[in-house]
Amino acid sequence: MDILILLLALFVLSLFLGVELITKVPPTLHTPLMSGTNAVSGITLVGALLAAGNDGSPMMVNILGFIAVTLATINVVGGYLVTNRMLAMFKRK
Amino acid sequence: MNENIVNFVYLIAGVLFILGIKGLTKPKTAVRGNMLSALGMLIAVVVTLLNMNTIDYSYIVAGVLVGSIVGSIMALRIQMTSMPQMVALLNGFGGGASLTIALAEYYTKLGTTPASFAELLNPVVADSAAFGAGPEGTVALLAIGLTVLIGALTLTGSLVAFAKLQELMKKSYGLPGGPIGNALFLIAALVAVALVVVNPGNVAAMVAVVALALLLGLFLVMPIGGADMPVVIALLNSYSGIAAALAGFILGNTVLIIAGSLVGTSGLILTRIMCVAMNRSLANVLFGKMAAGGETIDADEVYAGKVTSAQPDEVAMLLETAQRVVIVPGYGMAMAQAQHAVRELADAMEAKGVEVEYGIHPVAGRMPGHMNVLLAEAEVPYDNLVEMDRINPTFEDTDVVIVIGANDVTNPMARDVEGSPIYGMPILNVDKAKTVVVIKRSLSPGFAGLPNPLFAMDHTLMVYGDGKKAVVEMTTALNQA
Repeated sequence: MDILILLLALFVLSLFLGVELITKVPPTLHTPLMSGTNAVSGITLVGALLAAGNDGSPMMVNILGFIAVTLATINVVGGYLVTNRMLAMFKRK
Repeated sequence: MNENIVNFVYLIAGVLFILGIKGLTKPKTAVRGNMLSALGMLIAVVVTLLNMNTIDYSYIVAGVLVGSIVGSIMALRIQMTSMPQMVALLNGFGGGASLTIALAEYYTKLGTTPASFAELLNPVVADSAAFGAGPEGTVALLAIGLTVLIGALTLTGSLVAFAKLQELMKKSYGLPGGPIGNALFLIAALVAVALVVVNPGNVAAMVAVVALALLLGLFLVMPIGGADMPVVIALLNSYSGIAAALAGFILGNTVLIIAGSLVGTSGLILTRIMCVAMNRSLANVLFGKMAAGGETIDADEVYAGKVTSAQPDEVAMLLETAQRVVIVPGYGMAMAQAQHAVRELADAMEAKGVEVEYGIHPVAGRMPGHMNVLLAEAEVPYDNLVEMDRINPTFEDTDVVIVIGANDVTNPMARDVEGSPIYGMPILNVDKAKTVVVIKRSLSPGFAGLPNPLFAMDHTLMVYGDGKKAVVEMTTALNQA
């Protein structure tokens, strides 16, 4: 139970931090914010790796893991690249 | 590797994500912020791989390879006008990833080795102890069930949003009974989650959660129209984050929780901003039609004999003598791919000493910030893109407003006609300017289905035709003047 309450604390504090951070993002950057947070939510890749790469797991689990790795990688690679592409346009004057 | 070291590295990754989003608060620091965020992702992935004991790289390498190729192609080839579709797809993939992780974890902990997908339905003997000691097992099961539910719903909902934005699906279908039908589906899915928590071996209940949630995603988004998509995309963005955070609870993984909750709040805040900008509640966007209030307004009555039309070269003459011009873009500008043409017109005006700014309504376009990205692509400096609250007081000192492809967000009925379905929605007060030029294909109504009295005002000129062509003709005429 100790771990659980710590995770819960982390979750709640992150929510508050998120509100503070996101409200300061100007409307001009709302689209890059969405694609950028999409990339961040690709952090599920970490969980996907655990499912896909565990040698002892049944094959079905590994296949589910493979799908998860693929989808999460699309989010990570696609998200960061497209965000970078957009932000580069905002940078130049 | 020591678990403490792994968690410490996850903490660093989490901090980098936070700094990354902080960078997005200013255009100048945004690129660096995105890089920091990507760096956080890299170290989180590397430390995870280093920490795995018995590792079989074949599935990982295959997944990363396929994902990288698809992701790069999408990111590098997508047109800026299609960015809402891209974000919709990414939301869906995020939901799908959380869904499959939760299912994989479920079957791992069950400890069964189903030989085929058909065998998945067979019930197994298992209790929550397999998922953790005491209450931890119950919480883990609940987290798995909810991750599956939200992940699956986000997956199909986002695919429908994509199809709508891409105009593959034009009609709106919904469950009979509307919100009640959806509520029944949601309740059924939650009951199935509860069954899994009570008896983890009830595999059929888990399959039911997946099926019900996939269907619910379809039914939730299918009835929603195109102009409400900014809200839907922002909300699905939030769901994909919440699903990731829940997956963090399943795995006891700190960085998933931090990142997931940041994404979750980001989506929720954007959803709220969009709803406020339309003066509608979230429930109204998701389940309601536009309020049918007020007597139906006859378009002919509003427009009859009062609409003045003009040619692009006549507008150019007006622009030449103007001191201050505000351009108000809408989804029509994206449809016509007119952003570069608009920038060239602004350049031509600036060359003649005209002050040019852009008035951006929060819900212009199909996603938050859509217009800003398009104009940034056309190399319009971001300082010239002015938010609604700051541009509105300046319209009285503005000689000409050019409205291109925007309709409802300029409709003065939202401000003046109590009882109108859009009454109370904040609008750009373009009618306060000395002259309003509206570039539009016809007098057809916008998404709200209402006539726009702005078009019939004495100081409004309608320029009919394709947005890009009209703007190019104005530029040519202005340059020759």
